Amino acid sequence: MKLEGRAWVFGDGISTDQITPGRYFHLRSNLKELAKHVLEDAREDFAMGVRPGDIVVGGWNFGQGSSREHAPTVIKLAGVQAVVARSVARIFYRNCINIGLPVVMCDTSGIREGDTLSIDLEAGILKDVTRGFEVPFPPLPAVMTRILREGGLVAHVRKYGDFSLED
Amino acid sequence: MGQTLAEKLISWHAGRPVKAGDFVLARVDWMLMQDGTGPLTVRQFQALRKDALALPERTHVFLDHAAPSPRRELSNDHVFLREFCRATGAVLHEVGEGVCHQIMAERYISPGDLMVGADSHTCTGGGFCAFSTGMGSTDIAVAMALGKTWFLVPESIRVILRGKMMPGVTAKDIILSLIGSLGADGANYRALEFGGEGVASLGMESRLTVANMAVEAGAKCGLFPSDDATRAYLETLGRGASFRAITPDEEADFGQEVEIDLGALAPQVACPHAVDNVFPVDGKEVRGLEIQQVVIGTCTNGRVSDFRQAAEILRGRHRHPCTRLLVVPASRRVLRVLMSEGLLDIFLAAEATLVTPGCGPCVGVHAGALGDGERCLSTQNRNFKGRMGNPRGEIYLASPLTAAASAVAGKIVDPREYL
Repeated sequence: MKLEGRAWVFGDGISTDQITPGRYFHLRSNLKELAKHVLEDAREDFAMGVRPGDIVVGGWNFGQGSSREHAPTVIKLAGVQAVVARSVARIFYRNCINIGLPVVMCDTSGIREGDTLSIDLEAGILKDVTRGFEVPFPPLPAVMTRILREGGLVAHVRKYGDFSLED
Repeated sequence: MGQTLAEKLISWHAGRPVKAGDFVLARVDWMLMQDGTGPLTVRQFQALRKDALALPERTHVFLDHAAPSPRRELSNDHVFLREFCRATGAVLHEVGEGVCHQIMAERYISPGDLMVGADSHTCTGGGFCAFSTGMGSTDIAVAMALGKTWFLVPESIRVILRGKMMPGVTAKDIILSLIGSLGADGANYRALEFGGEGVASLGMESRLTVANMAVEAGAKCGLFPSDDATRAYLETLGRGASFRAITPDEEADFGQEVEIDLGALAPQVACPHAVDNVFPVDGKEVRGLEIQQVVIGTCTNGRVSDFRQAAEILRGRHRHPCTRLLVVPASRRVLRVLMSEGLLDIFLAAEATLVTPGCGPCVGVHAGALGDGERCLSTQNRNFKGRMGNPRGEIYLASPLTAAASAVAGKIVDPREYL
């Protein structure tokens, strides 16, 4: 799986409260509306400016906090094709995979706003095309690659009627 | 080879001995969702096209985050969840019963159980020595359909508690101090396991406070051994028969060890906008900061012992005229004890406002959203930007003792001066 897109750069510790603030709690059954406020408390210009195919770039512990799957879901609904961060909080990471949103953990410190990034998920290489450097990353655990490749956990369970994750 | 608590609890549910790093499918004993995550969980469950819940009587649905509902969209979510419960046999917990984690603790979860919940603070159950962890809606939907989930068995960090806390210092201070030293992702993907002779001095409600915040260090769960304190608490809840003693094996392999000297601990405060931004209450970073709202309660510190501590300070005192004081019992059962023990009278005499048992203002939906530039000191578990309904508000986290003393003073003060 190879992806290419434009980087939006965020700082460390972006929480699910910043991605999907509690004051929009009432929009959780209206994800399209909720997506209009995606990451609003981290950057006010993001929701208006994001274009399909863009890539969200974070620092340490991206997605920390609540289990709300609405957070990665509205990032995906906004057209973002991958999340790249120095580290990703556990529940958010699992949620990304479950909904079929590619997520990569690697050193993001050299990436600047607007850079073109290309990501090869199988090879484990992120390339900053604008700046001409490459960063390797460890591939996803096998279980997660499988879920992601099948389009998420709902699609997986619908296909097999059960988990089919063990080789 | 010995096993950690995490390895032991998952082994029992995987039907084979497992070790850290293994991929497993594990049977689940309990599943929960709440009104914030529930509607999406139900929709994902429906998308799976399974006819029925695997374990309807073990699938629990809570109306606690927006309860009573402040607006029609949320009322409609409540209607949707009620209808789901009626149609499938899932167990509904209505508005006013309390926070999901507290109800599971009071009525259901027992040592040795495995619980998954669509709420990150599901880790609270670790206080009972249950493997209990938060997940997203899709994971919970699949667990509801199949009665099982997958795990990568976590490595465990052993947290050794030494000595005994001084007066004025409580469980919240232990966990804030630990998060401050580990960092907000210091235990990411791993389990925290509490041990050492200091554990015996912690009652169950203290353990629930500590376990509740394990996720704030990134941990998958925060586990306590099951011992005499566990047995005693289950007995007071009328569930003594569900007790079983559980300890990690002597030769268990812990990836990392951390020690906390309880006797040296001061009251702690976490500053905006990160739970690991922690300072002692008498430090210059926090001492004397004016506070407009104090919250005592929530799933972190809304239990009877928390309110007994707050009442020690509030008895015969008033809140500061410029500081609102909100009291949020974690459950209706807790509220009844506050009434029967006369604690509610003490709070009302101090001019506190009683909020419906549940999540209260912690999630920023209702019951105490902050104004621009306002500062709140809360016993809740998170202080992220925007958490309490306003990104221009500031949230400080502390114990019920620190919160009560600060409500009286109108600013952050050291509770030890008020005991």
